[in-house]
Formats: sequence, C-alpha cells, structure tokens
Amino acid sequence: MNVVPELKPDDYATDQEVRWCPGCGDYAILKAMRKVLSDVGADPEQTVFISGIGCAARFPYYMETYGFHTIHGRAAAIATGTKLANPDLDIWLVSGDGDSLSIGGNHLMHLLRRDIDLTYLLFNNEIYGLTKGQASPTSRPGTVTPSSPSGSYDRPAHAVAFALGSGAGFIARSYDVAQPHLVATMKRAREHRGTSFVEILQNCIVYNADIFADVTDKKVAGDAQIHLEHGAPLVFGKDGDKGLIFDVKTLSLKAVALGEGGVAEKDLLVHDETNAVLAGLLGAMDGHALPMALGVIYCAPERPAHRPAHPDRPRGDAMAALLDAHLRKGHTWHVA
Amino acid sequence: MNIQIQDPAAERKTPVERQSIEAAVVRFAGDSGDGMQLTGSQFTLATAVAGNDLVTFPDFPAEIRAPVGTTFGVSTFQINFGSREIRTAGDRLDVLVAMNPAALITNLEDLRPDGLLIVDASAFQDRNLKKAGYETNPLEEDDLDRYRVLALDISKLTQATVKAVDGVQVTNKEILRTKNMWALGLVLWLFGRDVAPTRQWLGVKFAKLEDIATINIAALEAGFAFGETTELAHNVHAYEVPPAKLDAGEYRNVTGAEGICWGLATGAHLADLPMIYCSYPITPASNMLHILAGMTGGFGIETFQAEDEIAAVTAAIGASYGGALGVTGSSGPGIALKTEGIGLAVATELPIVIVNAQRGGPSTGLPTKTEQSDLYQAVFGRNADCPLVVLAARSPGDCFTMAVEAVRLATKYMTPVMLLSDGYIANSSEPWSIPEVAGMTPFTAQTNVVPDNFAPYMRDADTLARPWVAPGTPGGIHRIGGIERSETTGNVSYDPANHQTMTDLRARKIANIAHDVPEQDVTRGDGAGDLAIVGWGSTYGPIGRAVTNLRDEGHKLAHIHINNIWPLPRNLGALLANYAAVLVPEMNNGQLVTLLRAEYMIDARSLPKVSGKPFNVSEIEDAAREFLGETS
Repeated sequence: MNVVPELKPDDYATDQEVRWCPGCGDYAILKAMRKVLSDVGADPEQTVFISGIGCAARFPYYMETYGFHTIHGRAAAIATGTKLANPDLDIWLVSGDGDSLSIGGNHLMHLLRRDIDLTYLLFNNEIYGLTKGQASPTSRPGTVTPSSPSGSYDRPAHAVAFALGSGAGFIARSYDVAQPHLVATMKRAREHRGTSFVEILQNCIVYNADIFADVTDKKVAGDAQIHLEHGAPLVFGKDGDKGLIFDVKTLSLKAVALGEGGVAEKDLLVHDETNAVLAGLLGAMDGHALPMALGVIYCAPERPAHRPAHPDRPRGDAMAALLDAHLRKGHTWHVA
Repeated sequence: MNIQIQDPAAERKTPVERQSIEAAVVRFAGDSGDGMQLTGSQFTLATAVAGNDLVTFPDFPAEIRAPVGTTFGVSTFQINFGSREIRTAGDRLDVLVAMNPAALITNLEDLRPDGLLIVDASAFQDRNLKKAGYETNPLEEDDLDRYRVLALDISKLTQATVKAVDGVQVTNKEILRTKNMWALGLVLWLFGRDVAPTRQWLGVKFAKLEDIATINIAALEAGFAFGETTELAHNVHAYEVPPAKLDAGEYRNVTGAEGICWGLATGAHLADLPMIYCSYPITPASNMLHILAGMTGGFGIETFQAEDEIAAVTAAIGASYGGALGVTGSSGPGIALKTEGIGLAVATELPIVIVNAQRGGPSTGLPTKTEQSDLYQAVFGRNADCPLVVLAARSPGDCFTMAVEAVRLATKYMTPVMLLSDGYIANSSEPWSIPEVAGMTPFTAQTNVVPDNFAPYMRDADTLARPWVAPGTPGGIHRIGGIERSETTGNVSYDPANHQTMTDLRARKIANIAHDVPEQDVTRGDGAGDLAIVGWGSTYGPIGRAVTNLRDEGHKLAHIHINNIWPLPRNLGALLANYAAVLVPEMNNGQLVTLLRAEYMIDARSLPKVSGKPFNVSEIEDAAREFLGETS
C-alpha cells in the first residue's frame, strides 16, 4: 500500500468539466463524496467508482480515482467481478433509481444477498432524468410525465424495503444538501464490511424539482425528519419535543408529543440499528404521518463471509506442474 | 422369433472365434432412467483401454426423467471405434442395443441391414409397445428379418443372476436397475473387451452402497459370461477390433467441456493471470461451470454463478477490469442476453473469453441437440460496428488448443474472443494425447504496468492494443466507459471525426489479428482441384471422412477446415479461388457460406443440415458427387 499524502477534497476532482444541470442535487453529492475521501484519507489508486447509466452514472468521470462508467443497470454485476478480482479495492457504486430498481433490480437484489464488500449509493430523484423525464420505478402514483401523460399508474418501488428484503446488511438514508449528515452517513457506509446500501434523496431540478421538499425544506425538516442514532431514543421535532413509540395493538410506530399525556423520553423507542424489524418500520416512514428516517436504518450484526478467500495461486513452473498432474488424473494410457 | 433364455448348462462347444474388423459403431438406447449414458461411457473407457481410436455421441432428452417408455424419453449413447483413425460417431450402426420398444422405434432406421440388434424382450409388453406406437410386437413380426436379432429377457436374466448372489439386501427395483450393466457385459464380450475397468469403477461409484456395487458387478459379469458360455444364434459373431495406430504418447479420453476448461486454465496460467469464470446454468454449457467449480482454490480459478446471463458477462468484464481473466460461458440464447455486455467489452477494449456451446434454436429450440447456427450471432450479433475475434473448435481435444488460443488473443489484443463449440463437441469424447503444459511458451499479460506518457487508449504500434492497467496500479489512475471516447485520452467525446477514427481502429485491430494466426492450410488433399469442401467446428469429422473416401475413389477434392472464423485466415480467399467449386456443409441454414460469399465474392454453395444431429458421411459424399460430375 502506498503512503497516501494528505489530500484535500479538490484533489479528488478530475480535469473534466462537470456536465450536470445547474442546480442539480448531484453537485452536492459530488462535493460530499470528495470530502468523505479526503476526511478518511482514501488512496485514490485503491479507490474505484463504478456506475451504470443515467445522470448519476457520470459520477466516475468527476472523481480522480479509478472509474468505470458501464451500461444500464449492470454496475452491480460489474463491480462484483472487479471485487472478486481484487478484494483490496475500495469500490463505490453510483446508480440512480431507474438504474438500480428497474433495469438493474435483479443485479441489486443479488449484490445485496451476496453481501459483496462495497458501498452502493442510490441517487433517488423519482424520475428518469437523462432520457428526459419519464416516470421511474420510484415515481409516485399520478406523476405526470411524457410517458405517463395521465399520471403514472404504478405503485412505486421502495428502495429501503427492497434492500431489506434482499438481505442487505447495511441500509442508510440521507439527502443531497444535508452536507454534514450525508458525509457522516457515507463514512459509516464505507466502514461497514459487506454491501453498504445508501439511499440518497436527490433533487432533479429539471424534471422533478422539489419532489422531496415536504421533507427536506428547512421550514418543515424538523417535524418531517428523524435523525437516527444507535442507542438513542427516537426523538424528533423542531424543538425535540416529539418521539416515536411502538403501538403494540397495531404493530406499528406512533408519533407522540413529549410531555403530553404523561409521555416522557424514557417511554420512547430506542433506535437499535441491528434490529431488522425496527428497520422495516423506520424505513417505511415517508415524512408525512411519520417523519422520514435518516441515517443508519439498519446495520446487521457481524455476518460470516461465505465465499472463502482463496490461497495465493502458484505461478510459473509450480502451476504448470499442477496442471500437468490435473490433466493426468483419472484413467490414462500409453501408446508406444 | 424365439426369445433365448439363459440355460446355465449350455456350455459352448467350440472356443470363441473372433472376426477381425477395422471399425464398429455401437449405440446403446433406452429410457432416460435406464443409465444409457453411464453404459456408453463405460464401454468407451474399455474401448480406449483396448487402444482403439474412437468418437462418441451422447444424445439425450431435455427432460430429466421423461415418462417411462415414451419415445421422447429415449436416451442414447453412440460410439464409433476402430483400428483406423476415427473421425465421426459413425453413420450406420453395426450394433444397436434397445432396452425398450421406444428405443427400438426411434433408433432402428440407423441400424444397417444385417446389423446386430440386441433387445431386452422383457420390456416389449403391451403398455410399452403402445407408448412407443407399436400396434403389434415387432419381435413377433417379420420386419426385423433384415437384421440379426438377439432378443433376450434381460430382466429375467438379471434377476436370476442376482438371486444367485449370497447375502445382499436389495429390492427387485434395484435388481432391475442393473439391466444396463448386464447389457454392457454382453457387448463387452462381443468385442472381447475387459470388464475390469468397469468393475473397478462400480466399486468406487457405489463405495458406500456395497450391495448395489455387488449386484451391478454381478450383472456385468453375468452379461459377459452369457456371451462366453451360451450358444448364441449362428449369425451372431464375436469381434475383434485391433488397436489403432495412434502417435506415441500418454492418452486419456476428453470431452469438449473438459477440453475447454483445461484449455482456459492453461491459457490463464500462460498469461500468468488468475481466472474468474462467470456463468449462469444453461444446457449444454453448464458442464464447464461444474468442471471449473471443481478446480477452484488451487489453480488460481474462481467461479461465480451469476443471477443471469447478463450478470455473468458483466461480472466477467468487471473481473478483467480488475486485472483477472474474465471468462463467461453459455449457449446461444444466453449469448443473446450477453450481447450488450460484449459490446461494452469491445468499446472499453477489455479482454474476455466468451464460450458458446451452441445448440439448436431459435429461442429455447433444442436444448440438448447440437447445431452450429450461432456463427452470424458470433460475428455480427451486436449493435453497431462491433468486431471481435471468433474461433471455433473442431473436436473435444481441439477445444483445449482453441481455448488456449482464445486466451492468448484476448489478452494480447485486449479484445473479447468468442470461442464456439457445440452440444456435440461439448458432450462427446475422444482419446487425446495429453499435452505438456510445462513445455508451453508463456504469453504473460501485464495488468499493472503503466507505460511512459500513459493514457488509457494509447496503443501498441503492432497490436493496436491499449495498455491493461487495473485499478490499484500506482500511477495509473484513469476512467473508462461505454460512451465513445477520445482517441488516446479516453475522455468522453462525441466528436464526429473521432467516432470515425475509433470505429476504424476497432475494426483494424481485429482485422490485423489475421497476421498473427496461421495461414489457412488444406486439411486434406491438394491446394487446387475440382472441389473444396469447407467446414468449421464439429463438421470436421464427417467432412474429413467423406473427402478421404472420395479421394480414394480418385476424385480431385480437398477438405479445408477453418478454425479462425473472424478474422478469416489471410490467404483463404486466394486458396478457395483454386477450386472449381466450393461446398460448405454446416449444421445451420447456411451461415459460413454467406460469410465466404460476402468476403470473397465466390459462388460457394451450401449444404445445410438442422436436424439436431451431426452430418452422416454419406450425406456429404452424396452432395459432393454432384459437384464432381456424378449423380448419386
């Protein structure tokens, strides 16, 4: 391993002109990403960004690391092959909602169940941007687009529920302009061994502007968001005056006001990121009836790796001898 | 027709006189649950031990256990063996073993007149006859008179044998399951083969089921003894097939799937690369995944069973990007799914090997039957101008050679290479002179060397290959992708002139490979004449035999077998111009012939066959005679 000189966020930028629309949420994510790598002292030569197709997928061109901009939906499979070839690499996979949950849904599912050690960033803007604004698998019902002029009919796929159902070992959520939160979340994801899945709510300024404003707008954020912290009570609200309890009768979470009806902080649920059932309940909250959960929703307890690490391969004469012996295994005979 | 029943007292009066013959074709046919593939492969082993040259043809239904007694559930194993060079599995059968009426009705037409038909008469009951479509029992009719028929109650003979074995605890069902070994014993006797290798194999296979091993061995030996001791019909002879004159060396039997896997492993070793084989189960390519999965660990080989065909090829691309040799294997429908991924490998100039064990199509087609109808797909089957290298193996042993060559070309030229085999080559076997890996010349690939003034798409002046700099290499940071890229720098570029340049470069790089592969030779015959029969892949055997036969008759024709499908050998056009006519027999509707016509503007003619079965020698001979001024 090289000794990595201290690098500033800008040192992780390439000389390529960034070609996203002005005001696109991707800029904020790119900025956070460069800060993450700078903060953790990532070796650019050991770092790889792999992407599929879509606006988000241009990401590798803007990172001064190794990078592979591949084809639609297949980044997860390509990254799997790369990780098998070189387990030492720090691989980041950047993908949009169409890339991840539509054309690449199968690969994402299998990446998560295999728990390949890489970090998966799903930029969710609930729309197809690069193909000019069609409904995506995460678009809300009724979304009017060129491909759904009467409003989209289909129920949206839910990234966190999908990841949980696929056996993901690490699931987190943040959003583009939540800089310190996003940076901290991506660092946690990088630390986790196995596939770390991060849904990043990202604003598409052209085709789906402000779709998350009801959660991310500063005016509503306090009541519409809950920031998760492992071992801490599930408190939220502009003034920290609300919390979540578990309603045993309906098997669901319920928001309560602290101090009302004698509810105290000790009565609130405590976040346990190793609890998959709780993760399911938290992940489903959409910021309306209940606040949207941000941060680490689930982090599985240590799981055994099933794919054995292979011993170093013999080289040269030793390998030739091994192959020669293998070709002669079983029944052979000599012709004089 | 009298069914012969074993009479233990019937000692043979005279010692067995064996008729010496040059070659014989035997087919075992029965229900897919009758163990015909095992029977055939054991007969193959005994034949190889006896020193014959041989070619086999296993043919089985796609269903794992089709309903008992049905025609679509018939599984067969054919072997052609002899003291001369054997090139095909044989046109006409000398011996047919039919374990039930369905096996008889579906295979009888291939038995030559006066050929020996061995049937298990106990299976010729009303129900089985009806299922096979017989209205009456053929064993009781005159229709079989033109064959020599040995109708034996193999059930009863097997039961009698096993009952005589002391102390085994087996069910009647288990006893009847040894019928195939009884039949094998008889056929081994017929050709004077040793039962010892099969006895040994049974001991190992059923090591944990001692009683099952015992009754199988008893049945095998009883079948052999039956031939030895029983006065068979006067027209049933015993044969001797003397050893073939093979080149000196150490031999083994090899299937095409083994040949490819061992060739890939050897190629990766010669390139000094770890290999990652990424595949999704599909007939008839799954065997390669099984073989290589069995080699993981010690050989620098890893296997990855992907979630689908697309993931298999893209994981292979990811592996090559990561500095390993990425390989994927499939059959036609799976290759179709991989198409976009292969385009990415062409665009990013990453070396992968794609093995296509072709089968009958289109769509699901004939999963277990052979065809060579993916030549268009291999050469042309991608969006845009997307050239890659296409190689074709001619036989199981040749699979090894071509797989090594595929790795060499992929890594030297930074290109995907598609290696075509087919269901016939993948499953059939032949004796193979085992090569010495230790003596082979390495073609080491560098994945972590950064050239001076590095740019991702700078090129070697000779090969036009770009440098292979895997992530993790100090000083080599760069980005690649599927978007058209600027010549040399690799930065995204939509510049019109640049796209022309890059398209031309991609084409030229592949075309130049023609200078690094052998010139086309004349496989058999002279460099000019009345007719060239041009073949590729598994038609090598039947074309070779047909050309030899016709040349023996004095005809001026040649056999030209092409290994390099794309780019074509650099002298091929000039060579073909030396013949008055060109005939291209193919197990497709005419694909190589189209390529040759397009490339060389010659009047090459097609001899297509898409029945799911290999060519018969006679079919090629008959077609050739028309060009040689004869009518068949």
